[in-house]
Formats: sequence, C-alpha cells, structure tokens
Amino acid sequence: MVRKVFIAMCFISMSLFGQLVHAGTPTGQMLAYTCAGCHGNNGVSKGAIPSINNLSAEQMAQAMLDYKSEKRPGTVMNRIAKGYTEEEIKAMADYFASLKK
Amino acid sequence: MKTRIDRREFIKFAGAAGAVAGITLSLPACAQTKNGGAAGAKVVVIGGGYGGTIAAKYIRMMDPSIDVTLVTGEKTFTSCPMSNWVLVNMHEFEWLTHSYDKLAANYGITVIPETATKIDPEGRKITLKSGNTLPYDRAILSPGIGFKWGAIEGYDEEAAELCPHAWQAGPQTKLLHQQLEAMPDGGKFIIVAPPDPFRCPPGPYERASLVAHYLKANKPKSKVIILDAKDKFSKQELFVSGWQKLYGYETDNSLIEWVAGSSDGKVVEVDPQRKIAVTEFDEHQADVLNVIPPQKAGAIAEATGLTDDTGWCPVDHKTWESKMQPNIHVVGDATIPGSLPKSGYAANSEAKVCAAAVVDLLNGREVGEPTWVNTCYSLLAPDYGISVAMVYRIDADGQLNSVEGAGGVSPKDGNSAAEAIYAESWYSNIVDDMFA
Repeated sequence: MVRKVFIAMCFISMSLFGQLVHAGTPTGQMLAYTCAGCHGNNGVSKGAIPSINNLSAEQMAQAMLDYKSEKRPGTVMNRIAKGYTEEEIKAMADYFASLKK
Repeated sequence: MKTRIDRREFIKFAGAAGAVAGITLSLPACAQTKNGGAAGAKVVVIGGGYGGTIAAKYIRMMDPSIDVTLVTGEKTFTSCPMSNWVLVNMHEFEWLTHSYDKLAANYGITVIPETATKIDPEGRKITLKSGNTLPYDRAILSPGIGFKWGAIEGYDEEAAELCPHAWQAGPQTKLLHQQLEAMPDGGKFIIVAPPDPFRCPPGPYERASLVAHYLKANKPKSKVIILDAKDKFSKQELFVSGWQKLYGYETDNSLIEWVAGSSDGKVVEVDPQRKIAVTEFDEHQADVLNVIPPQKAGAIAEATGLTDDTGWCPVDHKTWESKMQPNIHVVGDATIPGSLPKSGYAANSEAKVCAAAVVDLLNGREVGEPTWVNTCYSLLAPDYGISVAMVYRIDADGQLNSVEGAGGVSPKDGNSAAEAIYAESWYSNIVDDMFA
C-alpha cells in the first residue's frame, strides 16, 4: 500500500514539476512581443528579415516547429525556436494571426 | 533506502500541489481581466534609448488609460548599436539618430527632452534640470551606463576628449571617427577593453574587426591592438576564426593583435596627452587610443540609491522593480539582469516585460509570466556577420536563466554573408519597434 502511494506520488510530482517549470505559460502577446525586435513593429519587417504579420497561425506554427526540429534550415531561428514549447509556439502564432486585418 | 512517506509529508506535499495548481489556473484568468483600474495613473520613464522608448510605448499599447511621460535628455536619440559601422564609413552618422516625434504623435506619450536630475522615491516625484517636477505612481529608469572615471589611472572625463571611449554614441563616435581618419598608415589603433560586466560584450571585438577592415583597405601597414582586462570574451571562437580568414590573425602580418589579461593585457594607467597605455609590465604607444573604461549603472540610478556594491541595480526580474526602492523599475544596461547580457536587444525585451508588469500592477492584477529573447549580431567585415541568440525565462529555482537546449552562437560553418544582411535588417526593425 505504502509503495503504491509512493509510486502514485511520483507521478503526481512529475506532472506537477512539469507544470511548475512552465508554471505560468507566458501569454501569446508576451511571447510575440519578443519577436518584434528583429521582425519589426507588429511583425512588419523593414528589411531582409522576413515579416511575420502575414502568415496564418498554421503557417507560422509549422515554420517554428520545423525550425525547432531542424527540418527547416535557418540562421538564428533554429536556435530561438528551440526555446519554446509547442503550446507556446501555437500561442504566439495565434497572436500574430489575430493582428491580420 | 526507505521509500516510506509519512502522513505529514504527504499533507505538506498536497498543500504545495494545491498552491501550484492555483497559480496555473489563476494566471491566465487574471491576465484577461480588464477593470480599467489604472485610468489616470502616472508612469514616468527616464531614458530614451533601447529600454526606455519600449517601456513607454508598450505601456500605452497595453493600456492607453495610463498617462506616460518619457524623459529623454536629448531631442533625438543616437544609437550605440551600429556606431562601429559609422566609425568605418559604412553609414553616415545620421543613420544612428532617431526622432521621438512618432512616440508622441502615435502613442500619446509626453516626451520631455530634458535631463532628470533628482528622484524622490518617498514623495514619488522627479525633478528635471529646469526645476520642474513630475509626480509618478511608478517610475521606470533605463539610464544606461556610467563610467568608473579614474579606475584606470589618468583616464577621466577630460582624458576622454583626447582618447575617446566612444561607448556612448554621439560626439564621442565622431571624435574616434576623426582620429581613425587622421591616423597615418603604419599607425597603431589601440582598444583598451574593459572587465566584465560591461555594455555590449562583443562590441570591442566588433570594433577591432571593422577597424581592421578599414585599415586593410586604406592603411594596410597599420594595426589594431586590443589590450584586454579579460582572458576570454563574447563569441570568441567565431571572432578568432573570422580574424584568421580575413585579417591574417596569429600570423606575422596580422592586422589584429589581442592581448589577454593574463598576458599583461590589463591597462592600469593611461597618459592621454602622449596616447600611452600602461600595463603592469609594459607601455604601449598608440596613434589612436580608444579607452573603454570599467562601467557601472548610469548616474541617476546611483544617486537614487538603486545600485548595490557592484555598482549595478538589483531588480526583481518578474517586474524589473528595484530591490532597493519601491515603485521604481530599472531596465537595460544599468541592471543586474540574471543571465541576460547588457545588450540593446536585452533592454528591449526587459522593457516589454517591465511594461506588462507595470500595467498589471497598476490595474491590481497578478503579474503575468515573463519570457525574454536576446539576438545580437556582430560584423567582422561588411559582408561577414555572426550572431548570438537565446530565449530566457524564470527557471524552477526562480532565477532568470537561459533555456536549456536553445540559443547559442552561429555555427562555425554558418552563413556569415546572410547574417551580415540580417544584422542591418535587425537594426532597421528594432529602431522601428522603438520609434515608429
């Protein structure tokens, strides 16, 4: 019985620890704000760096996931995409898509 | 090993679990609350650079009911990032300067091109040079760096007029540019690199690279010598491999020489009249002597009691509120920023987290979960760029830390031509984020 409880506790603690690390997931807006420094005001680029305001949520999320898995070659984006969970990537993609008029 | 857990431990554990679940559930809910509680609240931002402009603008974007004043000190801003490019004629000086007009027109920010001389944390008011005062509910400082004058014997503000630091962009950039132009072929351009921590860690080495590029084309018998207080520096492997490819580094004809601190590179004294840098065992005669002195937080941070014995400002990274004085937040180079570097991009990212926290606090909401990015390019030649990038968050121990497995420097066989192009685009876009 004690042993069973312990095993159950381990599971709980693992899942809790997972949540603690990502305790509050940053909002899509907070995540998206960090992109603007390179990709421009609201994701509208003035130079060679691509704009990211004109993608559908699916396109942007797929691009980020492909950078993350190294399926898509890049310069800095592979390194940056690896910093986010799939859930966060979806949240920032949704935010940029919501800016589209 | 015993695997038993007694009842008390279990209860403690369950309590912690409940608390964690509570946090996870309540945060998104809070973030969506809009109660307009901040209407008319006054925020004063001091410093119109990479941190200050962003803090001011993003507060207004997130909550236009908050009254925001930006105290800039100057009518226009001159960017320190990219000033190395201007030094070697890749762009005109005006490329570095930016107007605050759109921040006023598009975001309703009151821009005051004056210097703040005093902050009264208890009375919550700021005194300007004119004698006018500005009351605040929360103040945000992005005051940049100050110099430890005299830390290198003989190097003070007056000496900087002869041997420029050019580590704050403006007249100093112009002065160093003139001196480089006037240097004879066969001259020595000496850069005195500071100890950590300092503004823009790869900056002295980008400067050495671009000056070497200029010399290669214009004054090929000349040389850049970096006298360093340190034994290692940012992006070192990439700089060294680029210098080998471009400037014959470590050969007899190398255009760049780097002297590590442990190889007697640490400059302890300068003679600004004769342009001599003195290390423990040696003297170096320069034709141009560029002294980047040891640094600390900008003067107003120190005067307001926001700094600790390190000379920098300790802050709570979730809000960037000072640990020394309540209701005053500090962002950018002046802070102790956890694992973040003292870079323009980091200041931008910190200011966004700070702005969001200030909006939450003024609205009586729980502060949301932060995240930061740094992306920082350096040029080794106009068509040869390298970068460092990283994502940051608060880790399980509550520290601002880089995300494991993410980020890092450009790969050794990276696309340096593309990174040079992206570096210029980085600048166009980050200044647009600040000023448009």
